[in-house]
Amino acid sequence: MSEPTSPLAGAKYEGFAGVVAMGLQGMISLRGDLGAEALGKAVKAVTGVDVPAPRRIAMKGETGAAWMSPDELLLLVPYADVATALERLHEMLAGTHFLAVDVSDARAMFSVDGQGVREIVAKLMPVDMRRQAFGEGDFRRTRMAQIPAALWMPQPDRVQIICFRSVAEYAFNLLKGAAAPGGEVGHLS
Amino acid sequence: MLILTCPCCGVTAEETEFHAGGEAHLKRFGPGSSEDEFHDYLFARENPKGVHFERWRHANGCGKWFLAARDTVTLEVYGTYPAQTHEPPQDIKDRISARHPGWTWREFA
Ligand SMILES: [Zn+2]
Repeated sequence: MSEPTSPLAGAKYEGFAGVVAMGLQGMISLRGDLGAEALGKAVKAVTGVDVPAPRRIAMKGETGAAWMSPDELLLLVPYADVATALERLHEMLAGTHFLAVDVSDARAMFSVDGQGVREIVAKLMPVDMRRQAFGEGDFRRTRMAQIPAALWMPQPDRVQIICFRSVAEYAFNLLKGAAAPGGEVGHLS
Repeated sequence: MLILTCPCCGVTAEETEFHAGGEAHLKRFGPGSSEDEFHDYLFARENPKGVHFERWRHANGCGKWFLAARDTVTLEVYGTYPAQTHEPPQDIKDRISARHPGWTWREFA
């Protein structure tokens, strides 16, 4: 059997910020009643965090949950733990109206590190990237040029971006272009 | 630029994050209706210069449908509200009345 691999496995680019195509990341799309007690408990059991508030992400170490829509979360777990996590979810949510699907291999994830990451995002997405408008713990679904994308800032000067795997190369090229030396704008710091 | 706030997730963004879905508050005429009613339901649309009610989808976001009241001339948005609403909420109608006293749009005023 072939080994699973992330798209662009580990591709890197050094501009005025560093762009990295990250490795395999376990992702589970969970739909259901986000206010339900059973769902809250299941999310906690699998990720260690409470159901995040709208437009927020909660992380605890390598696991976490991101708010995708009023009835959808994206659960992040290590790639190797997805099967166990799914099993747990199905056990704990049995009998309730929900959907839990492994989407790990349908997504790509990038990190952008360095000064000016806010600018790189602002060049590509219609998102207010001023510090007071978007900070740590915020999670935003939007478009990156012509493709859907989601982003958050796990720490200052670092952005993580998730998009569909099929457009990983397009996303990487966009980020490369936006991070190219000489492209600093200096408006957002 | 048209800037909308999605009532489902609370994001405020410019229109390229959304997808326009045509006129809001359409009443469906199906089996049992007259040909004229069915024709109008399919083809007759408002095309106002001014106050308008539309369906929008937060396509590059939470994915939900919602309704918006806006001005097609100034791009002022009077408000956005859930897709499950049969009539524009009173506070939005009041906001429109403040700008356009005596406005009408289909059966609403
Ligand atoms: Zn939305």
